[in-house]
Parts: sequence; structure tokens; C-alpha cells
Amino acid sequence: MQTRQPMPNEYSIDVQNLTKKFGAFTAVNEISFNTKKGEIFGFLGANGAGKSTAMKMLCGLLVPSSGQATVASFDINKESEKVKKRIGYMSQKFSLYQDLTARENIRFFGGIYGLSNKQIKEKTDELMERLHLTDFANTQVGDLPLGWKQKLAFSVAVFHGPEIVFLDEPTGGVDPVTRREFWEMIYATAKLGTTIFVTTHYMDESEYCDRVSIMVDGRIEALGSPKELKAKYHVKSMDELFLQLARPETVKIF
Amino acid sequence: MDRFLAFVRKEIYHILRDWRTLIILLGMPIIQILLFGFAITNEIKHAKIAILDQAKDTHSKALIDKLLATEYFILDEYLSNESEIEPIFKKGNIKEVILFEPGFGQRLEKESIAHMQVIADASDPNTATMLLNYTKAIVTDYQMQQNARKKLPFSIDIHAEMFYNKELKGVYLFVPGLIAIILMLVSAMMTSISITKEKELGTMEVLLATPMQPAVIILAKVIPYLLLSFINAIIILLLGYFVFGVPIHGNLMLLLAEMILFILTVLSLGIFISTVTSSQQVALMASLMGLMLPTILLSGFIFPVENMPWPLQLISNIVPAKWFIIIIKGIMLKGAGIGLVWKETVILMGFLVFFILLSIKKFKPRLT
Amino acid sequence: MLPIIFVLPMIQLLVLSFAVDYEIKHIKLFFVDQDKSQFSGLLYNQFEASQYFIINDFSNSLAEAKESMQRGDCDQILVIPHGFEQDLYRDGTTDIQVIMNAIDGTKAGLSSSYATNIIMDFNRSLIVDFGMQSSLTATPEYQQIEMDYSYWYNPELNYQAYMVPGILVLLVTMIGGFLSSMNIVREKELGTIDQIHVTPIKKHYFIFGKTLPFWMVGMVEFGLGLLLAKLVFDIPMVGSIFTLFAFAGTYLLVVLGLGLLISTITETQQQAMFISWFFLVIFILLGGLFTAVENMPEWAQQITRLNPVRYFIEVNRMVLLKGAGFKDVASHFIVMSIFILLINSLAIFRYKKGS
Repeated sequence: MQTRQPMPNEYSIDVQNLTKKFGAFTAVNEISFNTKKGEIFGFLGANGAGKSTAMKMLCGLLVPSSGQATVASFDINKESEKVKKRIGYMSQKFSLYQDLTARENIRFFGGIYGLSNKQIKEKTDELMERLHLTDFANTQVGDLPLGWKQKLAFSVAVFHGPEIVFLDEPTGGVDPVTRREFWEMIYATAKLGTTIFVTTHYMDESEYCDRVSIMVDGRIEALGSPKELKAKYHVKSMDELFLQLARPETVKIF
Repeated sequence: MDRFLAFVRKEIYHILRDWRTLIILLGMPIIQILLFGFAITNEIKHAKIAILDQAKDTHSKALIDKLLATEYFILDEYLSNESEIEPIFKKGNIKEVILFEPGFGQRLEKESIAHMQVIADASDPNTATMLLNYTKAIVTDYQMQQNARKKLPFSIDIHAEMFYNKELKGVYLFVPGLIAIILMLVSAMMTSISITKEKELGTMEVLLATPMQPAVIILAKVIPYLLLSFINAIIILLLGYFVFGVPIHGNLMLLLAEMILFILTVLSLGIFISTVTSSQQVALMASLMGLMLPTILLSGFIFPVENMPWPLQLISNIVPAKWFIIIIKGIMLKGAGIGLVWKETVILMGFLVFFILLSIKKFKPRLT
Repeated sequence: MLPIIFVLPMIQLLVLSFAVDYEIKHIKLFFVDQDKSQFSGLLYNQFEASQYFIINDFSNSLAEAKESMQRGDCDQILVIPHGFEQDLYRDGTTDIQVIMNAIDGTKAGLSSSYATNIIMDFNRSLIVDFGMQSSLTATPEYQQIEMDYSYWYNPELNYQAYMVPGILVLLVTMIGGFLSSMNIVREKELGTIDQIHVTPIKKHYFIFGKTLPFWMVGMVEFGLGLLLAKLVFDIPMVGSIFTLFAFAGTYLLVVLGLGLLISTITETQQQAMFISWFFLVIFILLGGLFTAVENMPEWAQQITRLNPVRYFIEVNRMVLLKGAGFKDVASHFIVMSIFILLINSLAIFRYKKGS
């Protein structure tokens, strides 16, 4: 895998031997994987396994200690500013401003990605309608129910039409119905050719992904489609697989 | 540029939405200057005194009349013997007791020397010394009147002139200090809080994942506060000028330019604080304890720096407000031009560069 | 948090108390002598001997002196005019000009009176030493009023004795008021207050449980401060320490009530902090800490009656420095009790309504 040269544009994300050390602690240990355009890639792992660190490197928020990666064909080491223009990011902590209205949030994020006012206006109206939020467009986000906030945050993250969108545990604390709706939004976005890179705790959600990787202690222990992985490890569900891979002591510690 | 404006607009929304904070930010300078201008004064008026006149002759009576004719003293009561002095002080509202010896006037006429005694309540040493000085001045004046009739040789007249503040108004001293403090509060405290808030809420991460340059993000965050501070400073200047008649003798443009320089310096300090703190609470405490108190105490705003012990005098040099207060006092009250304040201006610029470099150095590891 | 609660205030007490000193000494004097005579030399010596003045420049040019004042190098200019001695001999009278940098009005007023005193003394000695010798006329006797003075309760004019009791009040108020309001708002902000509201605990127990620790912290703070005041500043403690603690305990109930009230009208810690700060500044300015209440105009003095800080500072000074007993401060206790009743019932009313 390491010797193969990727074709330009063949992969939306291409990672080789990516490593991040904080002092003596190795958070991410020589991971390698790639994603195709329009793929939904699940990035699983226990708390502290190194998911967020890896994701932050890909978004240009952290500089890798060693290894290479390209995102949208740009080198994250040398061209992180170009990378940032082509990605969307929804953080684990809440990413919208609570004291701004839905419309103002969209306008702000659209603005900083360089969309024109006209574009923003048109797309906002359309988006509000799609999310059934038209009546609440001028409500401060802090007053919206959590599920709506999450859907809105996702819409904002893909508002500028990024090639790849990174979602860091987007469905935490959301009810099953909203989660379902949320995943429908993800599917719709992926269909348009956007790569979805999503970390999650919910093992049932991982079944929705095209491919998943499971990280344990900074390494990728398993990589493949949910079906392949279940067959390979002789388990019935992803849940079982996860418990088998994430060693008991790790689970205890975190 | 559009991106930048989008950011600035968002920042302004934040400020406008939190109306409680905004009211305080705008109301504080107004209330403070009104208090300082009208209520806070070091001048002593109508201090209550008691008198024990054991002479009751023309001279003692004339001197008492002279004392009470001023606006400094109000007679609370006449005492009849010395044992009443202690209890009357304990009650707490008498500031000074004046005693005339028996035969005061007689001795003055016959022996050319008479004695009186003044006891001041020095639990407030400041008021005590001032009252004593007033008393002394009035007594000396009386003595001169007495002697003037006699055509004594060698009499020296003293012409005292008060430069820069003819009526000795306290507000002259407070306006420059208040400007410094308000600018410090709004600029340093609010920027450090608003940046740490984004960190705490996790939105900073999202911003950094966008194509916006980190430096631009910070700049856009800072601009609304620069405006707010500037508006505050102007309000104080206007109130000072129109309500209290604090003049602006020097060049207004120079004054405004120096104000912007100071605001930038303090903003950079606020940014620096935000790079080393991670929660609002810590930023708040650091700004309040680390900035406000030194600014109030060590800038020469209320307490003259020259009187402090030398370690504090030394520390006062690293308080940017000290230099700024020297500059605006110079420009407003003395009519100084850049020629007289260039040294202080260079020092402020030095602070500015220092804090910016420090912030860049501290900020980098978080971005990369 | 602990260092902020205990260590910082103590450091502040130390630093503040050293920094706060109104005493005017070391006035920088520019001595302009255009006469260069025996008399002007004598006057120069008088000023040089004074503890209040430092002659930091000497010249015969007034313009030069004014420039120096403009630069901020001197605070006061004394001008001995040309012909000073000659005029005194010939006309028996002459002028001295004193120019003050009056931006700080208080300082200017005081230093002007210091200068006047020195010149008057000098004048008197001139009359005595030279007037007698002048053969022109028989000099009439110079009438003199000797004024003795004494400073009671603080004979050495120790400024710390005045400031430390006041600063102590500030610190106790800050810790009590700020922390309690921020603490409750923090529960609101984090949502943990709902957790408590669903438990069967009675609301007043919750409030009581929330404020009691801060009451204790405040008392400990006060005790530590007093100890420091005694050990470091050697502040006299004439009156009953028990009365003092009793008052501190009462006062803290007012402050905690205020903190609670603020927490009911704010939503975030930032707002709570700003509002507390806002009131604190007003309380301090109108509390008689830096400038005596008696000097304020009547209306401002009336406002200070609503200021709890003022009462505590007064009681502290009265008890510590003057040895006032419980009877002397009884009225202060009554006022505090009224405050406690009013503020706390308002706070609890608002608190119940809000939740």
C-alpha cells in the first residue's frame, strides 16, 4: 500500500504513515488510508484513540509530526490554506454562535468562505425551506432545539460546497428520529459527490457508512466496509467487533 | 475584504446581543465621570469643629469669626472644658478641636505672643493635615493683619499662581485617568474575553478550519472593540469638556492619535492574555486583577507614584497607562505638542510591538 | 480557584496599602533666583532644609523654569525677583512668586501652603534678625500667635492605619459579592441548577447552602486580613475585635444578598462579573475609602447612606483606631439589619420568580 502512487484526484483523502506525537505520547501512530469521492467514511474509535487528532491534522488545525496526506489533492503539510478552502468542518463542540440567528450564522460562514451576498441570500432561503426552518430563520440559535441546531450546523458546514466535509461526532445527544433525518442529509450530500468523513460513537451509525476504520491506541486496527469487517472477524454486529478490538483495559481507562 | 466585513459584522452582533454588558460598557464611563466630577473631591468643605475658648476676648472671638467665615469649617459646638474633648471625638463627626489659652488676647497685646492649640482627628490623616493647614493659614493671616497696621519692615508678599488648573478642580486629574481605565477595561478585558469565549465554546476551532488567516480572524475580532473604546473615550472627553470645563489645550488630532495608539497597545495586551488563558473565567480574573488594579493604583491616576516605595515605583514603569496618562495630561492640560511627549509615545509603541510579538509567538503552536 | 480566593487578596492588601499614600513630600522645586543676594540665599537654605521640598533645579531664568514644568520635571517654581533684598531695605516690602503645577489640585494646594509657611517663617526671622538692626525707626514688636497642634488617634500620621481597615472591607466585599454571584450564575450557565431544582430540596436551603461557604470564606478572609494588618502594618487595634467580627458577619449577609440578587438578573458569568464590578466601583468611590464622605456634596452624602461599604469602613476605623464600643456603632448595626432584610427578601423573591 505504501509503494503505490495515487493518481491525481483519484482519492479525495489520501493518508500515508501519518503520525502525531505530543511529547512522549503518540496520539496517532503511522496511520494510512484513503477515501474516494462521494464516499461516506466512518472513523471509529474509543475516546482518546486518536480520532480527533487525526481529523484535526487533515483539517489543517494541527501539524503532523511525520507522514504525508493529501486532502482534495493538496498536501496538508505545505498547502493547508488551499485545503481549508475545499473542506467543511463541524466540530464536536457546538459550532454555531448561539447569540446569532440562523440566518446570521449562515451569512457569516458563507461570508468568510467568500460567497457573494446574492449567492448567500438565495441559498439561505432555499436551505431554510428544506430544513423547515423558514419561520425560525430570525430566531437566535440558542433558542432552537438541539436536533435543529445540529442539522443547521451541518448545513452550514456544507454551505459553500466543499469537496470533503469533516464531521466530528455530529449526532451526540440527538434523538433517534433526528439522527435518522441527519443521516438522510448526509446521504443526499454524498450523492452530490461530496466526501463525508465522520467520526462517531454510535456503532449502529457505522453500518450506514460505505467504509469504516477502527482506531485503537493511535493505530488503525481494521479497515473495510462494515460487511467485510463483520465477515472477517466473525461477528454479528459492529458493536461486537468494536468491543473485541478496543481492548478491555483501554475501555476501562477511558 | 468581504470576508473580513462578514466577520466584523458578526462580532458587532455579538456585542449588540449582550445588551446588559453593552449598557455597562457605555454607562460605566458616564457614571464614573459624573461621580468623579461632582462627588469625589479631595477638597474639604464644611468640616465640623468644636471650640474651647478659655479667653473669650476680642482677639479669640475675632479669630473664631475668621475661621468660621470660611467654607472649610462649621462650628458643631462650644466646649466648656478639656474633659469634653475625648468623648466628642469618639462620637465620630468632629474633625478638629481648637483651644484658646486663657488670656489669649491679653498676652498677644502685652507679651506679643499668645498660644492656641489645635487637635485634629488623625484617624483620617489626610483630612487632618489638610484641616490643620487651613487653620494655620487663617491664623497666619490674622497675625499678618494685626502686624500690618504697625508698618513692620521686611514684609514679603506671596503671589501664588496655579498653572494648568486655576481653580484646583479635581476633575482635571480624573479625566485623563478615567480615559486610561475605561480604555483598558473595554479593550483589554473585552478582547481577551471574546477570544477565549470562542476557544471555550469550540467555535475557534471551526474558524481556524476555514480559509480565514488566523491574523485576520484576530484583527476582525478586535476592530469592533477598538470602535467601542474610541466611542467611550470620546464620550469622556465631551463630558469633561462640556460639563466640567476640562480644556483641551493641545492639538486634538494628536490627542486622538495618541488615544488610538494606546487602544492598540491595550488590545494587543488583551490578545496576549487570550493566548495564555483558556477559559473566560481565568481571562476575566487575569484582566481584573492583573490589569485593572495596577492601572488604577500604579498609573498615577489617584495616588502620586513619587510617594510610593521604590519597588512599586519600579513596577509602575511597566504599566502602559502610566505613560498614556502623562501624554494626555500633557496634551490636554499643558498644551504639549509631540515634542514634549515623544518619549512616552515611543515607550507605548515599544509595548505595542512587544505584545504583538509575544502574542504571535504564543499563538503559533495552537495554529500549527 | 483557591489561590484567587485567599492568596490574591492578601497580596493586594499588602501592595495596595503601600501604594496608597496621600502624603505630599519630595515636591520638586525649581528655584529661580534673579536677585542672588544674601536674603535670597537664606531663603534657598530654608527650602533646602525642608523635608517637603527637593530643589532639583536652580537658575535665574523664569522661562527655563516654565519649560521644565511643561516637561513635567518640576512641580513648583519659586521666583525671587531682581532687587528683592534692595526693595526690602528700601520700601520694606517685596514680592515672591510661587507657581504650582495644579493638575493635581490637592497636591498643589498643599504644596502651596507648605511653601507659604516656609516663606512666612523666613519673613519672621528677617524681622527679628535684621529689623532690629535697622536704625531707621524703632521697630514695633511683632505679634505672634503660636499654634501647637497634635494629631489624635494616629499621632504619626500613619496612612496605613487609615487605609488598611478600608482596603480590608474592599477585599471582603469583592470575594463575598463577586464569587457568590458568579457561582450561582455558573450553575445557571452550565444547566446544573435545573438538576437541583428537580430534587426535593427546599429553595431557601439551596440558597443557604450556596451562600454559607462564601460567608465563611469572607470571615476567614477578614480574619487573615486583620492578622496581616497587625503583623505587617502594626495597625492599632484599640477596640473590641469581637464587635468587629460581629459586624463583619452582619455585613457579609448584605453582600451575599447582593450577590444573590445579581445572579437572579444575569444569565452569564460575564454579565454577573460586569454588574458586580459596576456596583463595586460605585460603592468604593462613594464609600469614603479614598476620599472622605464629609467632603462630598450633600446629595452625594445622602446617596452614601445606601452604601453598605461606607458603614463597614466607618465601623472598622472607629473600632480599630478610636476604640469605639458596641454602643457607638449600634446605629450601624441597625442599618445593616435593614439592608439584610430588604436585599435578601428582594433576592429571594426574584429567585423564586425566575425558576
